Order: sequence, then C-alpha cells, then structure tokens
Amino acid sequence: MGMDRREFLRLAGLTCIGIGVGGAQLFVRARIASSEFAPTDERLNAERWAMVIDLRKFRTEEDYQRVIDACHRIHNVPKMPDPEDEIKWIWTEDFEHSFPGQMNPYVPPEIEEKPILLLCNHCTNAPCTRVCPTKATFKRPDGITAQDYHRCIGCRFCMAGCPYGARSFNWRDPKKFVKDPNPEYPMRGPGVVEKCTFCVERLEKGKRPACVEKSNGAMLFGDLNDPNSEVRRYLAEHFSIRRKPELGTQPAVFYIIGGEDHV
Amino acid sequence: MFEKALVGSKRYWTLIFVLLGIIFAGFITYLFQLKIGLGITGMSRDVSWGLYIGQFTFLVGVAASAVMIVIPYYLHNYKKFGRIVILGEFLAVAAVTMCLLFIFVDMGQPMRIFNVILHPTPRSILFWDAVVLSGYLLLNILIGWNTLHAEYKGAPPPKWIKPLIYISIPWAISIHTVTAFIYQGLPGRHFWLTAIMAARFLASAFSSGPALLLLLALLVRRYTSFDPGREQIQSVAKIVTYAMIVNFFFFLLELFTVGYSQIPGHLHPFKYLFFGLEGHGRLVPLMWISVLLAVFSIILLVIPPTRRNETTLTVAAASVFLSLWLDKGFGLIIGGFVPNPFERVFEYWPTLPETIITLGVWAVGFLVLTVLYKIVISVRESVGYEEVAH
Amino acid sequence: MYDGGKIITGIVIFLLFALFPIYSNFGKTYKPPKPDLNTPEIQKMEVKKCVEPKEYMRAEHMKLLVDWRDAALREGKRTYINSRGESYFISLQNTCMRCHSDKKKFCDECHKHAGVSPYCWDCHFAK
Ligand code: HEC
Ligand code: HEC
Ligand code: HEC
Repeated sequence: MGMDRREFLRLAGLTCIGIGVGGAQLFVRARIASSEFAPTDERLNAERWAMVIDLRKFRTEEDYQRVIDACHRIHNVPKMPDPEDEIKWIWTEDFEHSFPGQMNPYVPPEIEEKPILLLCNHCTNAPCTRVCPTKATFKRPDGITAQDYHRCIGCRFCMAGCPYGARSFNWRDPKKFVKDPNPEYPMRGPGVVEKCTFCVERLEKGKRPACVEKSNGAMLFGDLNDPNSEVRRYLAEHFSIRRKPELGTQPAVFYIIGGEDHV
Repeated sequence: MFEKALVGSKRYWTLIFVLLGIIFAGFITYLFQLKIGLGITGMSRDVSWGLYIGQFTFLVGVAASAVMIVIPYYLHNYKKFGRIVILGEFLAVAAVTMCLLFIFVDMGQPMRIFNVILHPTPRSILFWDAVVLSGYLLLNILIGWNTLHAEYKGAPPPKWIKPLIYISIPWAISIHTVTAFIYQGLPGRHFWLTAIMAARFLASAFSSGPALLLLLALLVRRYTSFDPGREQIQSVAKIVTYAMIVNFFFFLLELFTVGYSQIPGHLHPFKYLFFGLEGHGRLVPLMWISVLLAVFSIILLVIPPTRRNETTLTVAAASVFLSLWLDKGFGLIIGGFVPNPFERVFEYWPTLPETIITLGVWAVGFLVLTVLYKIVISVRESVGYEEVAH
Repeated sequence: MYDGGKIITGIVIFLLFALFPIYSNFGKTYKPPKPDLNTPEIQKMEVKKCVEPKEYMRAEHMKLLVDWRDAALREGKRTYINSRGESYFISLQNTCMRCHSDKKKFCDECHKHAGVSPYCWDCHFAK
C-alpha cells in the first residue's frame, strides 16, 4: 500500500481531530436520574430586582462605612495594599465623578461634597454581559447581573465594557489581604473578575442584600415590575436619577440626591 | 521541505539561538506571572488592558502584509508579486501567531482558555476575533506551505488552493474589522466609540504590514542570495504610501470631530494623550513622536526621489512601522482607559517583567518568521525562481 | 536508513519516560485510601449517609459538585432533592464540608492517592 508522508500526516491530523471530538463527548454529563434541583423555599423572588439609595439619609461617614463594611466583610473582599490592585464591590465617590457631566459650578456645596455610594448597577441592557466571551457574567431572569467565578477566563473585556467602573480584577492573590474571613462564603483567587452580585446567596435564603439590611432604611430593595413594591412607591414619590442614563444601559440602581426640602 | 530549516549558515544559527534565548527569558518570566498573577504588570483596576493587548492589536495589522500582496497578484494579475507573495503570507503567519500568544499571556486564567470553545458566545466580539484569527492563521499556513511546496516540486499548486486564496482576501479584511469592533462597540469608552475605527484599523494595517514586509525584503536581499526584486519593493512602497496617507487622513477626521464638537468625554482622552491631563502626561512624548514620524514618513514616501532611493525608503518604512506601533500598541489602548469612567486620571506604564514577556512573544514571532523565510530562500536557492502564470 | 543509532537512542529515551509510572510503582503493594468519616457532624447522625448512596458519591462526586455549582450559580436553584427525596441546601462549604469537616483526612486522603488536586480550595474554605 502506498501512502506518502504527507498523506500520512493528513490522516493522522484527521484522526486526532476525531479523537478530540469523541473525547469531548465524554464530558457531556448525565445527572443522577432520580435527583432534582429546585429554588429554595425561602427564596425572595422578583421579576426585576432594583435598588433605591436615598443619599439624604446618609449623614455621617459612619453611615457609609457601616454599609460598605457589611458587604465587604461577608463577601471576603480584600483590602489590597497597592491602590492599583484595589478590589471593591461598593464604595464612595464624589458627586462630580459619580455623575460626570451633571456637575455645574453652582450646585449646593452639600451636594458637591456629598459622597455617593456606588456599586454594580445591574443594568437591564448590560454591556459587560454582552461582551463576555464565555457567559461567565450573565443576566439572570430576575435582572441580576450574575458572576460565575468558575468560568471566568480573566480576559477583562467586561471591565472595558462597564461604563461604571464597577468591576475589579484580582491582579494578585487576594487571600492574604482578607482579615478575619467569613467561612460561609468563598474567596476569589488571582485572575478572575468580581463585583457586587446583589447578594444572590442571601436572596436564596430569604434575606435582603447586606448593605440594604445595614442601611437603616436609607437603601431600598425590591421588584421594579411590581407597582406596589417599596421601591416603586418610593420612586413615584421622589425624584431620582441614575448614572449615565444616556448610554441606554438601564441601570437598576436609583439615587435620590436631595433637593426636595429646598423646593 | 522542512529539513531546509535545519541546515544553515553560522549566522542563521546564531540568530536562532539568540531568539531562543529571548524566548526562554520570556517564558521564565511568564511562569512568574502565572504564579503571582497579572499584578506583575503595570495594569490596574483603571487601565485594565495594556502592552499585551496593544501588541495584539498592532500585530493584527501587521498580518495584513499578506493581503496587500495577494490582491495585486491574484486579482490584478500583477505577476511580479509572485516573487514576494509567499513572504507576505509567512509574515502574516508569524504575526497572527504573536496575536494569539498575546491574548494568551493577557489572560488571568489561561488554563480555562477552552471555555471560549466550550461555551461559545456569538454575541461577544472576542469570540469572533478568536474565530477569524485562527482561521486566518490556518489559511495562510495552508496557502503558503502548499504553493511553496509546489514550487519546490516544480509543479503547479494544487487546485483547491485557489478558492482558499480568494477566501483569504475578505478574511483578511474581517480580522481588522472584528478587532476594531472589540473596541468601537463599547458604550462609555468615548475614545473608542467612533465609527471610523474599523476603517482606520484597515488603513493603518495596510501601511504597517507592507512596511515591515518591505524592510524584511530589503534584509533578505542583503543577507541571502535571493532578491525579492527592486520593482517589487517599489510597488510595496507605493502601497504603503497610499495607505499611510489614508490612515493619517482618518486620524485628522477624528481630530476634527473631537476638537470641533468639544464634547468633554471625547475630548479628554485626546487631551491626555497629546497634552496631558490634570498634570499627568506620560504618553505625551510617545504620541508626538508617533505623529511626527507619520508626517515625516509620508513626506519621504510621497516625494518620488526619496521613495525610489532605497536608503531613504528604508528610513520611511521604519518610521511608518514605529509610528503605528506607538499609535496602536500604546495610544489606542491606553487612551480608551484614561480618563477612567469616573473621569479621573490614573496612568499606566509597563513594568520590566511585562516588557520581557512581550519581547519573548515577539521573539517567538521572529523565530517562526526566520524559519519560514529560511525555507523559502533555500527552496528558491535550490530550484531558482521563475515567474509562472498561476 | 541513516541515523539509525540516533533513532534507537530516541526510542529508548522515549520508553524510559513513557513507562515511568509503571516501573516506578513496581514492587510497591497497593494500599486503598481510607477516607475518614469520624467528624462531629457525622458522629451525631443516627443513620450515617451522604447526600447520595456511597458508591455513587465515590464515583461521581466531582460531577455532582459541578452540577451543584451550575444549578446554584447559573439556574438560581440552591435546593438539591436527592434520589431518596431528601432536600439539601447546595453549598460546598456549608453542606459538604460541614459533615466532612476534616478535609485532610477525607477529601485529601483519596485525592493524594488518585493524584488529583482540585483547585476548588483556591477559593472555597474547608473549615
Ligand atoms: C449530612 C452529612 C453529609 C453531607 C452534607 C455530605 N456527606 Fe459525604 N458522606 C457522609 C457520610 C456519613 C458518608 C459515608 C456514607 C456511607 O458510609 O454510606 C459520606 C460519604 C461520602 C463519600 C464516599 C467516601 C467513601 O468512603 O467512599 C464521598 C466522596 C463524599 N461523601 C463526598 C461528599 C460531597 C462531595 C458532599 C457535598 C456534595 C458530601 N459528601 C456531603 C456525610 C455527608
Ligand atoms: C473515595 C475517595 C474520594 C473522596 C473521599 C473524595 N474524593 Fe474527590 N476525587 C476522587 C477521585 C479518585 C477523583 C479523580 C476522578 C477523576 O479524575 O476521574 C476525585 C476528583 C475530585 C474533583 C475533580 C478534580 C479534578 O481535577 O478533576 C473534585 C472537585 C473533588 N474530587 C472534590 C472532592 C471533595 C470536595 C471531597 C471531600 C468532601 C472529595 N472530593 C472526596 C476521590 C475521592
Ligand atoms: C475563583 C474562585 C473559585 C474557585 C477556584 C472555585 N469556586 Fe466555587 N464559588 C466561588 C464563589 C465566589 C462562589 C459563590 C458565588 C455565589 O454564591 O454567588 C462559588 C460557589 C460555588 C458553589 C455553589 C454555592 C456554594 O456556596 O457552594 C459550588 C457548588 C462551587 N462553588 C463548587 C466549586 C468546585 C467544585 C470548585 C472546584 C472544582 C470550585 N467551586 C472552585 C469561587 C470559586
């Protein structure tokens, strides 16, 4: 039988591809036949989760810190020594830089100097989920922009895509920089992106997000599609703004900055 | 045919070993990066892409070297390019290899790279970029290798190669377009949000790729017995001239839109790059060098005597290459991140380990290129080159 | 044939590498791993059983964990109803590791033996 070297190599190549495809089949897993998965009984449900932050009710530095610590402590968010490596799920920024373009030189000083509480906006039309090449970040049916740390390849396209700077990358191993970790929640390792998840793990247990719980009523959380929900009623009564609405991302975090008392 | 790469002069082997040495240094540094994380680079929460992605973007452009030779040769029957079409194709192979490596070294979780295939996500441009780049790599390997092999055997290339060559032309356009789409479709990154991005990518690709090819052709003539041909080199020079002028024109269009509309979000990145913002201006010298080199090269290329003179032509091609390297490899990426989404300025500068890894990847590219060119030249030396109708 | 000597040397070196696992284990007796179930949580149980039958767990726990992970994170379903109809809250740290609290003597015991080191512990606490 005559087969020259090139022919042989070609066949060998095809065989390798065949073996590869066959091998991939083995990864298709079957779940144990009689078992099932279900949402937990306590789960809080909504068609569209949203948050209202009434900044008028944040008065002292402590008000902000309490909320931030609540989140960062239970989620094992590290305090990185180098600001370049910073990781944050919820943080503050001044008015001018939180709402670029909204600033004018004559806004009242109490607003100009007011720290604004920032976190992931869980946009309805989220650019980060649009650009992710592996669906590691994706929209849940209840509107939450979820994060699957197991699938993230660390390409950071989502960070380029996010217009709100809500995403942090683990440039180095964060474990050493978590003092006193919460053993109930996992850590993250180097090379994955993380951010606020609206506390999905708490919603499953019937609890509202940690920041909301610790805010003494300054932050509300509820279903935007339910006209009777707390957030909807609050939004109907107070003038609210969102960050960069002109981008069409439809943020689900609403801010009440103040002003009404002055009208 | 590959055995041709295994025998060579002392100079050839010195080059190979120098490149292997650089690759080794890059590899060791990469292991270090794997261990510590991407924190060893200058990237940060604010500038989350840097030198690696810049090199990737620039090298996608260099891969255009092939198509600008293929079009005249196959579509316009410009037979003279038969001598160098293979050089363009193999340069594209080396460039795309580097592109893929740069994406790889930029990943936080490289072990999970197959997630891109296991969980294909067509709405992500990165998915399409992986598809078009690997396709283009494959096309150029197949085309280059088979046509050269045919030449070696003194036979016409296999018939099935022809359709692949025609496919490779729109395919080449697609790699630049898709790469530009990575950037130009992101809301909130004002610097990138411009419809002319893809067109500018094409123009700069069609100048940087052929410019490097031109320099390589001159090197090949100098150090080997194979002459790519004076007329061929002049034709490539004309391609570079047109493309570079168009590229610069597109740049001016951007400047006008931004400068005349005066929208702050769009204006700030340009201010940062060319004048510095809030006291930060690390990239200012680089950007001005890039613009000056662009103007300088265009002058040398447009004036016929300086274009015809191979010494000034070399200077011009090197200027084009360097200008676009600074523009695409640095300015384009960093300008998208500074100022950040909060309109604050945090700067970026590559670190030493990052630079070593970058050099290592470049060395891989040059190794691939050296070996492939060596084969081409040895084949031509052994059988001689005849212009054949294709 | 030219370079026959080199080729044969190459083959010998290749075989030395390829067969390393075989001859390096030669003469050693096989000791099956003994995962330790002696933890406070398991001691408290009247009927000592895992989330699924032992044989299934032994063979398929990695798949089960991946299914748990995907159900919890991607489908928002954090209750696992096993083949006996019992419900478990899906959590590696708070369910598996609550019972198997001695990771070293349980998970690692087998894994060392099998030569796998799951990367889960980069992030998940084992208590
Ligand atoms: C309620 C306590 C409990 C929980 C929760 C639990 N296990 Fe178990 N596990 C046991 C007990 C008890 C056994 C021994 C069963 C037997 O002997 O039949 C066991 C056995 C096993 C075995 C087989 C050990 C062997 O000797 O072959 C594996 C593997 C295992 N568990 C893994 C897991 C994993 C993974 C999880 C989480 C998905 C988990 N277990 C959750 C109690 C538990
Ligand atoms: C009875 C022995 C045994 C016990 C006990 C055991 N494992 Fe495993 N585990 C294995 C074996 C064997 C493999 C490798 C299977 C393979 O590669 O096919 C494995 C693989 C895994 C994998 C996949 C790793 C990979 O790289 O593919 C995970 C995750 C895992 N085990 C988790 C656990 C956890 C968590 C526990 C403790 C709660 C545990 N295992 C206890 C035997 C065990
Ligand atoms: C990069 C860090 C990281 C690694 C590595 C990792 N996980 Fe996770 N995992 C997480 C985080 C963070 C969550 C919590 C997400 C949430 O609750 O929203 C989680 C959640 C889970 C869950 C569901 C809920 C829970 O609390 O347990 C399972 C199951 C799980 N991981 C299994 C695994 C297994 C098995 C491995 C190893 C094969 C692994 N994980 C590796 C970070 C990681």
